[in-house]
Amino acid sequence: MSVNLTSAIKEICKFCGNDRTRMMDIVRAVQQQFGQVSDEAMNYIAKCVNCHRVEVESVVSFYVFLSKKQKGGVVIRLCNDVVDKMSGSEVVAEAFEKELGIKFGQTTPDGKITLEYAPCIGMCDQSPAALFNDEIITYLSTDKVKEVVADIKKHYDPSKLKHRLGDGHNADELVHSCVHNNIRNKGRVIFAEFKPEAGLKNALAMSSVEVINEVKNARLRGRGGAGFPTGMKWQFTRGAAGEKKYIICNADEGEPGTFKDRVLLTERADMLFEGMTIGGYAIGADEGILYLRGEYAYLRKFLEKVLADRRSRNLLGKDILGKKGFNFDVRIQMGAGAYICGEETSLISSCEGLRGDPKTRPPFPAQKGYLGKPTSVNNVETLCCVPRVLEMGAAWFVEVGSAGSPSTKLLSVSGDCKQPGVYEIPFGVKVSELLKMVGAEDAQALLIGGPSGQIVGSADFQRTICYDDLATGGAVVVFGPERDMVAVAADYMEFFVEESCGYCTPCRAGNVLLKKYLDKILTGCGEPEDLDILQKLGESVKITSRCGLGQTSPNPVLTTLKNFRKSYETKVKKTTNGMQPTFDIRKAVKGAETIAKRDSVIFVK
Amino acid sequence: MSKPKVATASLAGCFGCHMSVLDIDERILKLIELVDFDKSPVDDIKEFTGRCAVGLIEGGCANEENVRVLQDFRRHCDVLISVGDCATMGGIPAMRNNIPLKECLDEAYLNGPTVYNPSGIIPNDKEIPLCLDKVYPCHEVVKIDYHMPGCPPSADTIWQTLVALLTNKPVDLPYELIKYD
Amino acid sequence: MSDQITFTIDGVEVKGKPGQTILEAADAAGIYIPRLCFMKDLIPHGSCRVCTVFINGRPQAACTQPITEGAIVENDTAELKEHRKNIIDMLFVEGNHFCMFCEKSGNCELQAMAYRLGISAPKYPYLFPKRDVDATHPDILIDRNRCILCGRCVEASRDVDKKTIFEFVGRGADKKVAVNANADLKDTDFKATDKAADVCPVGCIIKKRVGFAIPVGQRKYDTKPIGSDIEAGKK
Repeated sequence: MSVNLTSAIKEICKFCGNDRTRMMDIVRAVQQQFGQVSDEAMNYIAKCVNCHRVEVESVVSFYVFLSKKQKGGVVIRLCNDVVDKMSGSEVVAEAFEKELGIKFGQTTPDGKITLEYAPCIGMCDQSPAALFNDEIITYLSTDKVKEVVADIKKHYDPSKLKHRLGDGHNADELVHSCVHNNIRNKGRVIFAEFKPEAGLKNALAMSSVEVINEVKNARLRGRGGAGFPTGMKWQFTRGAAGEKKYIICNADEGEPGTFKDRVLLTERADMLFEGMTIGGYAIGADEGILYLRGEYAYLRKFLEKVLADRRSRNLLGKDILGKKGFNFDVRIQMGAGAYICGEETSLISSCEGLRGDPKTRPPFPAQKGYLGKPTSVNNVETLCCVPRVLEMGAAWFVEVGSAGSPSTKLLSVSGDCKQPGVYEIPFGVKVSELLKMVGAEDAQALLIGGPSGQIVGSADFQRTICYDDLATGGAVVVFGPERDMVAVAADYMEFFVEESCGYCTPCRAGNVLLKKYLDKILTGCGEPEDLDILQKLGESVKITSRCGLGQTSPNPVLTTLKNFRKSYETKVKKTTNGMQPTFDIRKAVKGAETIAKRDSVIFVK
Repeated sequence: MSKPKVATASLAGCFGCHMSVLDIDERILKLIELVDFDKSPVDDIKEFTGRCAVGLIEGGCANEENVRVLQDFRRHCDVLISVGDCATMGGIPAMRNNIPLKECLDEAYLNGPTVYNPSGIIPNDKEIPLCLDKVYPCHEVVKIDYHMPGCPPSADTIWQTLVALLTNKPVDLPYELIKYD
Repeated sequence: MSDQITFTIDGVEVKGKPGQTILEAADAAGIYIPRLCFMKDLIPHGSCRVCTVFINGRPQAACTQPITEGAIVENDTAELKEHRKNIIDMLFVEGNHFCMFCEKSGNCELQAMAYRLGISAPKYPYLFPKRDVDATHPDILIDRNRCILCGRCVEASRDVDKKTIFEFVGRGADKKVAVNANADLKDTDFKATDKAADVCPVGCIIKKRVGFAIPVGQRKYDTKPIGSDIEAGKK
């Protein structure tokens, strides 16, 4: 074993306290330094942290940013999300292959650059986009690919790539990114002017029970999609047995088409950490974790600085703002490319240095969460609402919005619209109003809540966006009249096939089969009964899956089957000759014809 | 009134399922009362003489000739049944399904530990049907009406299924008769 | 607090103890809820989803869900039978299950479940994945073609044998059971006497030189459906 590798790993593990639960940090660091986590590396890590080698491998093999195989010093990951494809990522992909002289999944012969696809990287409003290690390059075109590939070949250092700077904190020297915020509509809660620390000061003047009651009175519900009442979650966590408790912010925004948390992390980091601090006070936690998706690593240094500033201002640390006995701090846990980690129990597994498998419920995180301690996991936007509730009061918070869904919601809007970006709108807005706002009046379909939400057509455009009608974690993707909704459903199913953790049967195998039937229909081999199979298979996956991923992954199929049935029906036809339309004799004998150097005489071309 | 006709074929199979048909023992006399055999190795009729009520297929499709026969059966039979695991899921021949065809041929004719082939030639006469890229279960090539699992399906399974079909009763096999081995 | 909890399964009143799962209480009452990954004395894995039941209208895995007073559980319904068949079909097509030469045939829980549910052939297309076989160990063979990722070997080795020979690697359709070595099972301290060598519901982890020891007709599921033993205890 190379001395270099062992000494580096020894140091990395030591830095992480030789703590097995810090496995994510350890393997990320090894990957970054060596471009792989090799067999040797896994053996040595296991030795350092006193676990089994196969346990290290179970983590390394789970996250797409980690790999056992050697990768280039620069890994280019082109986003292949549906929206990126709509804005031309396929041409961009060809350009990358041409400029680099390699195919996707390959590394250049000099070993310096690896080219891969990535699922939604949270840049749909400025797509096509790609990651160059941690750096993000947006609005890609064939010309831009030429430029950026020529640039990277000069220094092989993504941080030196030349690009324009984005707006707001994107231009901060610690972010130094070309990403744009595209804040299109500012509402009264999140993007309005607010008084920093006013909410925290008010909270600290109250008892923690009073803080929870205020949040309950504000009827604040989780903004990540599930809509669980935040006050209740905090109350359960506070009331759970045990001294040690945690609050975790879920910044693993991975739902295709969502990017509003990225904007919050960029422009409202202080507000977020204030919310976490109030949450920590409310539930009795002295530690918070920000779980940041690997794709947003470019924001890490900036967020660390915001945290450091807050520590120096006694907004974090001991006896915060003079409140005796209230100690609270936040650490950042980086993810490494796994959509499933947005699921709260997977996220906890990942924070514990494990594969991102969801945990069995019960017990719920509020009872037994991170390291077995009561834990509240809250979305970025939810936590950003908290300081405003405490600053302005619950009564103010509920003034706008609809009865069951008070206040405002951030929407990440992208796709076939004139004004993609982030919109803060009051709950209860009609879909048609939103479409007008974003410049998409000719929309054929709308994906609300990301692929795990639903795809609706014009019949539903008079419905409202709120928890009681069209619920959404924030992703809104617009599809113009030209789009084939069956193809869209198939693309989203491919995403779920890639992102299923594989723990339970229906999600692991069912999604693969759903995709297969969609492909069958899209290649013109579908028959009417396939629609019935799709429906039944989709329902089985939905009903029997273990976690939210599988329970919602058939939605692109089930909701398009319902709302765009015609599109399916025009693609399928009944076969009458008893033959299977999927069987292709030409394809089946092609290999043998090549090997035997003769053509079939039974099935003449 | 003429009796309904039954046709049978063994594609990429071992003829074990046909042996199992013969295992119905003395009931074969009753079967002869119920049906006539058309194209089948049982009576050595090579090509269909007319339309058949039931076609029994043993084996999956490993080569183009299997496909031709199977499609011919589909055209001539009202009810087509996959008999045995090879017809149903490819069976042992389908073990090659995740290995490229070239590798399979090389192993079989050149590299295998028991191969004696000094000429180093892989048989390639134009009379030899071309292999398919993989072994297809029958229902992936044509529409199949019933599956009779087993390796082979027992004589009782075959008997009960046939009798039910020929007497217009539902094919409803008891627990003991659904077996995959 | 009462030390007895009363609820119903398909309208039949069942009594259980606090902390019991639906599946445990049902077993004790002689009501069989179909299951694959569950094994007594191991932590319920909840991965196969065959034991999905409706509890007060919500689908839940019976093997992980604790009983609650007054709960209305639906188990033996046409709808759930369809879902269970679909799951079994998925397991058959996502792996390579060659029952005709598998030593486990007749004693295999996956096969037995398919028999019990009356499946003559899976309705989905076979995926014929490439899976590897590890025959390096002197006494044990791993044939991953047959693996259904139930987690029994992982748990038994970790929790009972205290060895952690097995762990899952990869994700999604590429998820598989790996061994605690750079390459093969022979490089681990796995023993044929380990608990983990005896828990596989299918023929994935099997002992060498056993072969087809029990004649056809006398194997566990040849004549009696899986679950018959539990149903025989019906009160």
